[in-house]
Amino acid sequence: MSDLTRLTAAETASAIASREVSAVEVAQAHLDRIAKVDGQVHAFLHVDAEGALAQARRVDDGELSGPLAGVPLALKDVLCQQDIPTTVGSKILEGWRPPYDATVTARLKAAGVVILGKTNMDEFAMGSSTEHSAYGPTHNPWDLTRIPGGSGGGSSAALASYQAPLAIGTDTGGSIRQPASVTGTVGVKPTYGGVSRYGLVAFSSSLDQAGPCARTVLDAALLHEVIAGYDPRDSTSINQPVPPVVAAARSGEVKGLRIGVVKELTGDGYEEGVQQRFDEAVAILQSLGAIVTEVSCPHFSYALTAYYLIAPSEASSNLARFDAVRYGLRVGDDGERSLEEVTALTRGQGFGAEVKRRIILGTYALSSGYYDAYYGQAQKVRTLITRDFQKAWESVDVLVAPTCPTVAFPLGAKLEDPLAMYKQDICSIPSNLYGGPAASFPAGLSEGLPVGLQVMAPTLREDLLYQVGAALERALPAAVPPLAWEN
Amino acid sequence: MPEAGRPTIGREEVAHLARLSRLALDDSELDRLAGQLDVILGAVAQISEVSAADVPPTSHAVPLENVTRPDVVMPSLTPAQALSGAPSEEDGRFRVPRILDEE
Repeated sequence: MSDLTRLTAAETASAIASREVSAVEVAQAHLDRIAKVDGQVHAFLHVDAEGALAQARRVDDGELSGPLAGVPLALKDVLCQQDIPTTVGSKILEGWRPPYDATVTARLKAAGVVILGKTNMDEFAMGSSTEHSAYGPTHNPWDLTRIPGGSGGGSSAALASYQAPLAIGTDTGGSIRQPASVTGTVGVKPTYGGVSRYGLVAFSSSLDQAGPCARTVLDAALLHEVIAGYDPRDSTSINQPVPPVVAAARSGEVKGLRIGVVKELTGDGYEEGVQQRFDEAVAILQSLGAIVTEVSCPHFSYALTAYYLIAPSEASSNLARFDAVRYGLRVGDDGERSLEEVTALTRGQGFGAEVKRRIILGTYALSSGYYDAYYGQAQKVRTLITRDFQKAWESVDVLVAPTCPTVAFPLGAKLEDPLAMYKQDICSIPSNLYGGPAASFPAGLSEGLPVGLQVMAPTLREDLLYQVGAALERALPAAVPPLAWEN
Repeated sequence: MPEAGRPTIGREEVAHLARLSRLALDDSELDRLAGQLDVILGAVAQISEVSAADVPPTSHAVPLENVTRPDVVMPSLTPAQALSGAPSEEDGRFRVPRILDEE
């Protein structure tokens, strides 16, 4: 076979199953590709060549099988993998090797998926560009001077530069979908509780959700089925069947599907090219038989502010576990300083600027005298946003909007302006607050850079996302990055 | 929350919040953070525009119930595994810096 790194995951699995190619050859081709291009892209924080080849051999020996057996994958560095460095993009966990696998990691291994390594991310998944990684930014394969999205920019860039056909992301406010949007790839945030959070280093526990990333809709669906499902180790895991996502991705039928365009997610701040590609994508779906109407979700306008109170509040509590005692960095333990002083020094040096900003913002929002006005009020707005979704489901099956108001912006452009960076997530946050699934699908290019269409669905109706995504994928030419920078 | 106008946050308050959060920050960090947090708070204060007095809060997307399992022993980390990431250990325990004032 000519270039194993250009195949889809489905094609790769089929070639391995029919013995056209070995899983070891596939793994080696991807490791070679990483060695060739990742110096320029910086998608990976750690590459586990030995482990990847050992897993591939198990597939070739017939010990492991399944729809994705032997297919390589890039794992976001927020998910624990036993004995493999897991940093969450932070200096505070540099060198830490988890003594256990996250449930997602364990399911991937059991399915014969070959984990190539851990991907770069904004520290603790806080950011929209990977520029907040303590280990340096990732570059967008479409244009190396631009951001690959965030926080899961390492995963999206690995896909778009053919370093892996599959990746795992996590999405608290858009960290799967916005990177997918700006790299022309597919990213799905499952229903909250649909994929186990056990072993996922927590940022905002009521919002965090891991999900599949891929270059095609079917590949994302195949990966979705591998990682989703009930896990007794996550007390918020939903004990219900996984929606039929692979069947939906194969069908791609949208005739008669009622699609609501969110009235509030447009206007100022939305780039003209993004709006044009979005409008065209909606027109395509309409031409395929979908029934398109406009739907008002009045409280979506407040989703960003609610999120920037709720998520930092939860983060300030969650990140208290980094106390320089049980794992990670310890700074200034000279035998004289107290535990409290050592903890403060360690956290002051171990956390980066964005993490500190959010911890302090969250501490403020939760503090006595401000709690009701900020955190409490944000939780009420969360209820109103959920009601907006529920009302929408009375008249439509799915909602659509741009995934992100812009295409990939230049590295450094928003680094000194936190608010401008936060606005990248303005369209993606409502689904996190509500808990329903949402996805970003490629919707063409604006001035040579990818644009994403976001689809939002009711709780546990992931199948609807994949139906719409597959329909759009068939109707549009594939977005292939030019990779002109390659030697 | 202040009665009127946008809330403000100054260097002193950021320093206090940093102490509560166990974050040792130097002077330049405090200055930077105070300026940035003031802008961010000005923006998120927009949340007060929403009239939501009678609306119940949502803490979680999934309606929460107690989740229990039978009380049986399951595989778990060994003591060595649990200590494997500790910055300092002694006699099979986490070793911590001084927690009491010296006499």
